[in-house]
Amino acid sequence: MKNRWIALYVENQVGVLAKVSGLFSGKAYNLQSLTVGTTEDETVSRMTICVTSDDITFEQIKKQLNRMVEVIKVIDLTDVPIHMKEILFAKVKDCTVADKAELFQIAQVFHVEVSDIGKDSVLLECKMTERRNNELIDLLRSKFKHIEIVRGGAVAIESISTSCGGRAEYFRK
Amino acid sequence: MAMDMTGRKLFVKALLEEHVDTVFAYPGGMVTDILDELYKHEEIELVLPRHEQGLIHEAEGYSRATGKVGVCIVTSGPGATNIITGLADAHYDSIPLVCITGQVPLNLIGNDAFQEVDIVGMTRSITKYGVTVQDRKDLGKILKMAFHIARTGRPGPVLIDLPKDIQTSTGPGEYPQSVSIRGYKPNESVHIGQLKKGYKLLKSAKKPLFLVGGGVNIAKANDKLLQLVEKTKIPVVTTVMGKGAIPDDNPYYIGNSGMHGRYAANIAVGQCDVLFSIGTRFNDRITGDLNEFAPNAQIIHVDIDTASISRNVVVDVPIVADANLALDKLLEWAEPQKTEEWLEQIQEWNQKNPLEMRRDKGMTPQMILEQINQQFSEGIIVTDVGQHQMWATQYIELNADKQFITSGGLGTMGFGFPAAIGAKIGCPDQSVICISGDGGMQMNIQELATAMAQEANVIVCIFNNYYLGMVRQMQQLFYGKRYEATCLRRRKGCAKDCKGPGTACPPYEPDFVKLAESYGACGIRVTKEEEIVPALEKAKQCKTPVLIEFMIATEEIVLPMVKGGNPMTEMILK
Repeated sequence: MKNRWIALYVENQVGVLAKVSGLFSGKAYNLQSLTVGTTEDETVSRMTICVTSDDITFEQIKKQLNRMVEVIKVIDLTDVPIHMKEILFAKVKDCTVADKAELFQIAQVFHVEVSDIGKDSVLLECKMTERRNNELIDLLRSKFKHIEIVRGGAVAIESISTSCGGRAEYFRK
Repeated sequence: MAMDMTGRKLFVKALLEEHVDTVFAYPGGMVTDILDELYKHEEIELVLPRHEQGLIHEAEGYSRATGKVGVCIVTSGPGATNIITGLADAHYDSIPLVCITGQVPLNLIGNDAFQEVDIVGMTRSITKYGVTVQDRKDLGKILKMAFHIARTGRPGPVLIDLPKDIQTSTGPGEYPQSVSIRGYKPNESVHIGQLKKGYKLLKSAKKPLFLVGGGVNIAKANDKLLQLVEKTKIPVVTTVMGKGAIPDDNPYYIGNSGMHGRYAANIAVGQCDVLFSIGTRFNDRITGDLNEFAPNAQIIHVDIDTASISRNVVVDVPIVADANLALDKLLEWAEPQKTEEWLEQIQEWNQKNPLEMRRDKGMTPQMILEQINQQFSEGIIVTDVGQHQMWATQYIELNADKQFITSGGLGTMGFGFPAAIGAKIGCPDQSVICISGDGGMQMNIQELATAMAQEANVIVCIFNNYYLGMVRQMQQLFYGKRYEATCLRRRKGCAKDCKGPGTACPPYEPDFVKLAESYGACGIRVTKEEEIVPALEKAKQCKTPVLIEFMIATEEIVLPMVKGGNPMTEMILK
């Protein structure tokens, strides 16, 4: 069992998202995240889907997606060089002055933006890989009591240059 | 571009261009417009059922018998929800249907309007494609897509939800000749390299075996399969849906494999060293315990649906292809193989445990089915679901002039009788024999009126054992004869712990003979073996639908049997 990523080109029509997500629930596939938005062609949407599965189930998921009339193309991103990012907002509340200083330090090290601040709270806006976002959340959880997390799921696009060793993991770091 | 045609007119134009000669329709507020349009067209026969579930099974039977797309028209709300079981059935058994559901006008969708349901949402996982027409100008293209998707690739049901205002408003009158769908490219070729690899493996086998599913029947590749088998001398087993792919009397045909398959067929699957399967998805009723399925075999799998390959059983050589094309190619290469010893071995197994029901305990299903074989040299045999269905798969003998229609995947009780009516409507010159149980028959018995109205003179053979026999068989074998909810004679006053029929059992209801007569059909009751032939002969002469009630031995069970989840070679034989 491991995480795998699929990019899916679908018809930008009513019900397609329900059909795709219904496949995952109906067949008990383990969906981690799903993002969707229109592409340069407004009749086409692109989804980025993360699933946890074994090899055989993953093959089956791709086939099942492929046979849907509304699915135009299925791309397995698991082993191709990609750029993948996830939007994450982390609001830390009940901060002391020292807490705030530490949050600014954390933001600096993680290369994330402090996009809002109040009397006793700080908002971090992060655009990192899912894994890096997870690491940040773990750190915030361990340090602060009251945090609020809103995350958007990963979006991914294939790399232009494949010279970076061609290893997907390199880009996901 | 002409912009002055109503949706309802375009709909009928589409039916005519698709050469639809029969539609199965039940009226209601949201389809009255298209029915009114059909009123003007005598060239399209409209079949009015008595229930929408009967309607869709009739369309399935019609489609299976004729190879054409079955067209259903039902209204919104309950009309639409009543066809859901049939959609699932057609989806499982790859039956091409185009189902039109009426829908409330676009501006009312989402308002919980009278008779409004989200039928597209409800049926997403059991249709090949489903859509609500949102814009009148798309109607022509969507209808073309529906027929194209339903009948190509692995066939299946398509649902088009048609709001009332789309039917009445005007728009372009063109019905496209063809349609290109960027996300839908059914496989129309065969990968020669893979097929060669598969054939090479088959040639190297000492104990080769063909496993044939419903895909061969759907592709109408029966002749080619027969040639291939006779050329290569390789034995064949079939699934329930594959029955009839090869004539039953062919010397290379062993029989059905699976849960109620023939002993020799299941042992052969267990012992073969190469299993060449065509058009089956390795359903659990065929494989049993997956770890013990064909443990000695390398498996080659030909299927038109990519997603059917390596799903249930991981195969060694996957081949995505239409059975017809694959068999064409295989025929070019086929050579006789040395299978004499292997065939002898299979013969031995067959002689050791042949299919046979005891003959000393009254009238058995085997006796009836053998007489049906004798009495009808051609025709369409349709079954319902249950014990009688399994007996039919075991004892009905098919040849090139006989077809077998059954609900294999979903196992829908209530399928048989309406499907037989649909088959008869599609093939009026053929004998249509419906084999049903007393339970399943009651699930769509109202269709007797449809059969009468359509003069669909089917011969219905009800195997009445007073029980929902397939479940009672499980209770008999695995649940200490606790016949909960399976005795159809049971009344309030019966003893809770009744272990089976005694002398004081209440009468059976309904009286099928009187019931048939009340519809104007012919009813015959058969209680003894010697009455079987006269009853069938009389039925053949009748000018109405005929219902023959066979009072069979009550505790008869379907054997062999493999308990669910067990290996297929572990059969209960006695």
